[in-house]
Amino acid sequence: MKPSEQTRSLGRKIAGIAVLLAGFLLAATLCFGSSPNGSQIPSIFKPQSTPADSIFRLSLLVLTITGLIFIIVFSLLVYSVVKFRKRGGDDGREPPQVYGSNQVELAWTVIPVLVVLVLFFATARVIHSIQDAPKPPGTIEVIAIGHQFWWEFRYPALGVVTANELHVPVSDSSNPSPTFITLLSADTDHSFWVPRLAGKTDLIPNRENHTWIDPHETGLYLGQCAQYCGTQHAKMLLRVYVDSREQFDQWVEDEKKPAVVNDQVGEGRRIFETTACLNCHAVSGTVADGHFGPDLTHLMSRATIASGAAPNTPEQLKIWIRNPDSIKPGSLMPAMKLNEKDLDALTAYLVTLR
Amino acid sequence: MASDTIALGIADPDARPIGERLHDWVVTVDHKKLGILYILYSLLMLVIGGVEATIMRIQLIVPHNHFVSPQVFNRMFTMHGTTMIFFVAMPILFGFGTYLIPLMIGTRDMAFPRLNAFSFWMTAFGGLLLYFSFIGGNGLYGAGNAPDVGWFAYAPLTSRAFSPGHSTDFWTLAILVSGIGSIGTAVNFITTILCMRCPGMTLGKMPLLAWLNLVTGGLVILAVSPLTAAQIMLSIDRFLGGHFFDTQAGGAAVLWMHFFWIFGHPEVYVLIIPCFAFASEIIPVFSRKPIFGYPVMVGATIAIGFISMSVWAHHMFTVGMSSYGNAFFTATTMVIAVPTGIKIFNWIGTMWGGKIQFKAPMLFCIGFLFQFLIAGLTGIMLGASPFNWQLGNSYFVVAHFHYVIVGGILFTVFGAFYYWFPKMSGRMYNEALAKWHFWLFLIGFHLTFDFMHIPGMLGMPRRIYTYEPGRGWDIWNLIVTVGVFFQAAGVLVFVANLLWSLWKGESAGNDPWDAWTLEWSTTSPPPDYNFATIPVVESRRPLWDIKHPEDPDWKYE
Repeated sequence: MKPSEQTRSLGRKIAGIAVLLAGFLLAATLCFGSSPNGSQIPSIFKPQSTPADSIFRLSLLVLTITGLIFIIVFSLLVYSVVKFRKRGGDDGREPPQVYGSNQVELAWTVIPVLVVLVLFFATARVIHSIQDAPKPPGTIEVIAIGHQFWWEFRYPALGVVTANELHVPVSDSSNPSPTFITLLSADTDHSFWVPRLAGKTDLIPNRENHTWIDPHETGLYLGQCAQYCGTQHAKMLLRVYVDSREQFDQWVEDEKKPAVVNDQVGEGRRIFETTACLNCHAVSGTVADGHFGPDLTHLMSRATIASGAAPNTPEQLKIWIRNPDSIKPGSLMPAMKLNEKDLDALTAYLVTLR
Repeated sequence: MASDTIALGIADPDARPIGERLHDWVVTVDHKKLGILYILYSLLMLVIGGVEATIMRIQLIVPHNHFVSPQVFNRMFTMHGTTMIFFVAMPILFGFGTYLIPLMIGTRDMAFPRLNAFSFWMTAFGGLLLYFSFIGGNGLYGAGNAPDVGWFAYAPLTSRAFSPGHSTDFWTLAILVSGIGSIGTAVNFITTILCMRCPGMTLGKMPLLAWLNLVTGGLVILAVSPLTAAQIMLSIDRFLGGHFFDTQAGGAAVLWMHFFWIFGHPEVYVLIIPCFAFASEIIPVFSRKPIFGYPVMVGATIAIGFISMSVWAHHMFTVGMSSYGNAFFTATTMVIAVPTGIKIFNWIGTMWGGKIQFKAPMLFCIGFLFQFLIAGLTGIMLGASPFNWQLGNSYFVVAHFHYVIVGGILFTVFGAFYYWFPKMSGRMYNEALAKWHFWLFLIGFHLTFDFMHIPGMLGMPRRIYTYEPGRGWDIWNLIVTVGVFFQAAGVLVFVANLLWSLWKGESAGNDPWDAWTLEWSTTSPPPDYNFATIPVVESRRPLWDIKHPEDPDWKYE
């Protein structure tokens, strides 16, 4: 290679690296900067609950240390590549042959060991603070059961059963009311992940796992299944509604009531109770007590159907019942093959389940 | 070469009928031919696995895309992962090892040439089994069906209840069969390196490539054996009604995870240590200096080998281990950063004070150093178990391990390919095309895998065939997909270079790089049985000693 080519290719390399770094910085800015619709982005860097917040603080330490290491080693790398490149007008002789240096080796062994020690102790503290946290008196207990491809939520102390949309009270530091969640699975592995509230924990059949959250602000927090669980893993979405204490108590009151009975939709109810619907779904106060699908007693209290895959409107309900695969291909709910009249009646019945 | 052909009584071996020459390749027990077979087989699989990745990225280019169905997408990521790990990365590294180890330690073949051939054909047969699932997956039921359980195939998704048909059977048998091939290769590497070094080559004077492949061989035996055992257990579950992993009958899903990852993490080092070996051969030659701190490099590799056996459960931080378990695996995971860091510093030390030549092999190795540094740092982030509860199983982790496997392993493999191509083919590759390959691939790699970290931090889990708009993931997925096309263009240039150079490349001569290890002392390509007379060495760089009799290495070692 001629010297001029050598310089050019080196220049291109440095330019390339500079462009990449600029891109990375730009990306980081866009990523962590504010966005107009910030609340819907489930970013791990906008924690709203103690476990997520402890992880966020730890991540700042880890990012700082790794960032410093990156800058140091990257500079050394670039310096040696640029400084020790073969230059034009080289005399063609071999450079001095250096075989190693024990002092230098010792230095770059001991310093990383110290860094690792710092990181380990900082991490161990956070592990302990999250995993071994005590339950205060005001704790809400929830059992979350993963199904292909939806979430079942049971509040044993409150007598509430619901699906896909978890309601929890906001927890303020003076009067904490965290929610402790026991994680079970009815079929395959799943993982419960709402990034702004806590890290993920798996739901594994034949095993009982635990996680907890204590959201500081009311609102909707999005998440989804984070362990591949089958065909529709992608649309096993998860919504956590953090309510004020009053809203939460009201919600519990409403959910505890049996299903609304409305004689105007008797035909729809008859269809529901005489087709395969009741094999999988339960509506309290009726003969329907299936457990393979979500409890429908208060279906219309939920904003979405199909585990968050579609908004809960009469039109979407009809599309869903007619052919679930059109919303969620591979979902385990079969197409019910009802005629249009029955479908209308059934939908009319379902929308009364408030 | 001439003396061999005369001995065989054939004027020109290329004049024989094509069928006969192909037959030679099928029945060969020559380590060089088997090495090349491994490499060509892996390159073919690399293209197939790359097409699968491209299909996934097209599907994810926008939210709610309908390019493929969820069923097809799930098959694609299962096949992509299985192909790239078991039928690209492992065989291509075994291929280089098989080709280079006897040449570099100055012997005429592997210790067990027939086992060598057997191992290759088992690996090849494993890949065929895996891909036969596309047409035979559902057997008599009709349409074909590739496995869709993910490349780590967590129980109980693999049980009969959740995976009816035969696609999972093809997956498990493919891994079982290729695993037997891998263990055979490992036994062969270890025996060859320990028993067949040329006179004068003590363990302390072996090229680093031999040392690192020795450690790799040990890791393969320790890591692939539990995986093979687990595949047999899964087969017992699926065919004979066993309940090891059948949770509906009281089996343990977590048991499978332990079996898989006690293979899966050492596997990362099985793949990266031979790449360390390539870097440790290429960087000194193109810096014109010996490797900095040879004994420390060997020690660090052995340390990595040992520690890598104790970190597997960092893949399982989210399965509900106790806080003590999580702390233990955090500690071991972070400790492994120390010997790995030492290696990076030693490579920089090797370049320090040298005269660096930016030929394609060196460019790929510099790319490797840069990317492996970042991969190591994201590895530390993932090793801090609470941070892992957020990042694990998200696109961040996908970006991290592609940084290791593409940015680390594939880059050095490309470097190794260009470095030893002249030796294997007798012809030089085209340097301009190789540089095009490097830059296209570098840009594509960074577009894809730098930006892939971000949706992970914004809550995007892996293995989803589609995603919701409005979560801040759209733009990153678009950029990631665009990068794939640059990478594909780079690989096309690579294949074009390979074919063009085989056909028209300049003659390479014995030693085009002015290098120092024994493979460059013989012809390119080397004759059958490599060396007319077995060489005798006095130092780690025997060719340096010959070229610089006034200043030989053995005075300093």
